[in-house]
Amino acid sequence: MTAMMTWLRDPNPQSRTQARLGQMWLGWLRMRRNPLAMIGLMIVLALLLMAAWAPLLATHDPLTQNLSQRLLPPGSAGHWLGTDEFGRDIWSRIVYGSRVTLYIVGLVALTAPAFGLLIGTVSGYFGGWVDQVLMRITDIFLAFPRLILALALVAALGPGVENAVLAIALTAWPPYARVARAETLTVRSADYIAAVQLQGAGSGRIIWGYVMPMCLPSVIIRVTLDMAGVILTAAGLGFLGLGVQPPMAEWGQMISSGRKFLFDQWWVATVPGLAIFTVSLGFNLLGDGLRDVLDPRSASR
Amino acid sequence: MTLIPDPTPTRRPSRAARRARTAAGLILSLVATLLGLLLVTFFIGRIVPIDPVLAVIGERATAAQYAAAREALGLDQPVWMQFLIYVRDALTGNFGTSILTRRPVMEDIARVFPATLELATIATIFGVLLGIPAGVVAATRPGSWIDQLVRLVGLAGYSMPVFWLGLMGLLLFYGILGWVGGPGRLDSGYEMMFEFDVPRVTGMILIDTALAGKWDIFRNAVSHIVLPAGVLGYYSMAYISRMTRSFMMNELSQEYITTARVKGMPEWRVVWVHALRNVMVPLITVIALSYATLLEGSVLTETVFAWPGLGLYITNALFSADMAAVMGGTIVVGAVFVFLNMLSDVLYRLVDPRARS
Repeated sequence: MTAMMTWLRDPNPQSRTQARLGQMWLGWLRMRRNPLAMIGLMIVLALLLMAAWAPLLATHDPLTQNLSQRLLPPGSAGHWLGTDEFGRDIWSRIVYGSRVTLYIVGLVALTAPAFGLLIGTVSGYFGGWVDQVLMRITDIFLAFPRLILALALVAALGPGVENAVLAIALTAWPPYARVARAETLTVRSADYIAAVQLQGAGSGRIIWGYVMPMCLPSVIIRVTLDMAGVILTAAGLGFLGLGVQPPMAEWGQMISSGRKFLFDQWWVATVPGLAIFTVSLGFNLLGDGLRDVLDPRSASR
Repeated sequence: MTLIPDPTPTRRPSRAARRARTAAGLILSLVATLLGLLLVTFFIGRIVPIDPVLAVIGERATAAQYAAAREALGLDQPVWMQFLIYVRDALTGNFGTSILTRRPVMEDIARVFPATLELATIATIFGVLLGIPAGVVAATRPGSWIDQLVRLVGLAGYSMPVFWLGLMGLLLFYGILGWVGGPGRLDSGYEMMFEFDVPRVTGMILIDTALAGKWDIFRNAVSHIVLPAGVLGYYSMAYISRMTRSFMMNELSQEYITTARVKGMPEWRVVWVHALRNVMVPLITVIALSYATLLEGSVLTETVFAWPGLGLYITNALFSADMAAVMGGTIVVGAVFVFLNMLSDVLYRLVDPRARS
């Protein structure tokens, strides 16, 4: 362990990997001092573990209906968060619902930034009319109301997780394109890019190998900060019945089904909302912390 | 030494010319964005798995009827021609007929839109009245409990689903405490009174009843709008207070503030008069943006509160596969969104001389 630490702290790293890991270690040390960011990290880790170990954590089958046990309040024997209108255990449905949330968040986090990164780097690297056209398109998409557009798209494609992901991703990429373009503009005229150009590297290779890596940190921060928004949009679509279809468990849709019993069995709608709130809060806190660590401009504040 | 007159004097374009150019640029980008919006909704409309012809004539039509309806809808034209027809229709406010209400979509939207506007406006007023003072106080005392509170409120606002907050509000203030009216714009008894006794002027209940002097209906309407407007206003407040704080922090570190303090100006005057005036400029943009976001957020809020506005109209249309109504609503919300964005940009230029150059 101590050998590992000295290796990480070595001021004269022997390899690129060592330098990179050393930097990450320093960043981790800085973030560890931020209690709110650590809470966020723990919430996100808890979500990951919950989704991974769902069958172990769930006390019941999330889909099994038991009408003799319907609408039990929290604290009932065997159902510590109560049951819904079909007698399904709410805790187990929350646990399995985390998989859906994570699935949506994961897919959006992979597709939208990748697309935005591509548009932004190409736009920034080539400049000229390419830049004009691509940024015009980005601006147009940025000017749209996101939820409404996602709604219209899901309405057209039909409800379902994949379509919800597609709709969210299609409305989420423009900010990443903007961020990536801004970063690209700052590195485009750097000497090391000129050196690669002189060695005869093609545009594709330069963008992929030398520009994109420089844009990644800013995009990653943006992604983490946006994840809460993605979760809320996904929950909104689920609430309107356009996300995951019943009987599968999804948090937004669980709230929607609990609406009918709001005044008599408050917990059916309340508990899934708390889950959404906690997870979004986790991503927000983690995003804030990451920004402070990875973005030197805001660290000085 | 003789002065040789410059043969080609380079004249700077006059101020009016520069303004005209800026205006032309703004209008051009507005047109481009609106065209883009129409293009997107057009393509969304084309990928719908529902056959638009069958939706109009029904399943049992003959082949000849099918062909005639297809022609009437312009579906036999090439795609670009269809798009041009689509743009023409949209510009003249023709979004087709709603399957659900059997009325022109535009007529429906004109009927429900005032309810949304009323809600979003009251919510923005909440947001501005609470958000700006909170942001200013937080900026003058960074690290104090009020600063922490503003941060917490903002954080919660960015993490809570609006429909859930609405439901929790209903549960607490309507179900348990009984302080406010329930879902809908009025109690059902008052609804009939409003229908028959109050002339429609704006379509906004609060204004129309006040104009007609029907204060009992007005009071009932207030008890119904307080909660949904408060819920939406919370998000607006979270955003506005956070932005006010950061603008204000920046402004208070300027040198003219130090000068004002050094010459002995009372602190409240420095903060609330000198600094705030300069902060108001970027804040106008923020307020316009939050107003636009509220119009969008109304989709979920209106569903929760059974508020008969544009958001509820779109969701109801969604479940009856009433694509004409969904797309019409989407275009209207999108266009209002785009206009508000543009308006905030223009206001910014008008108010801040520095942004004009």
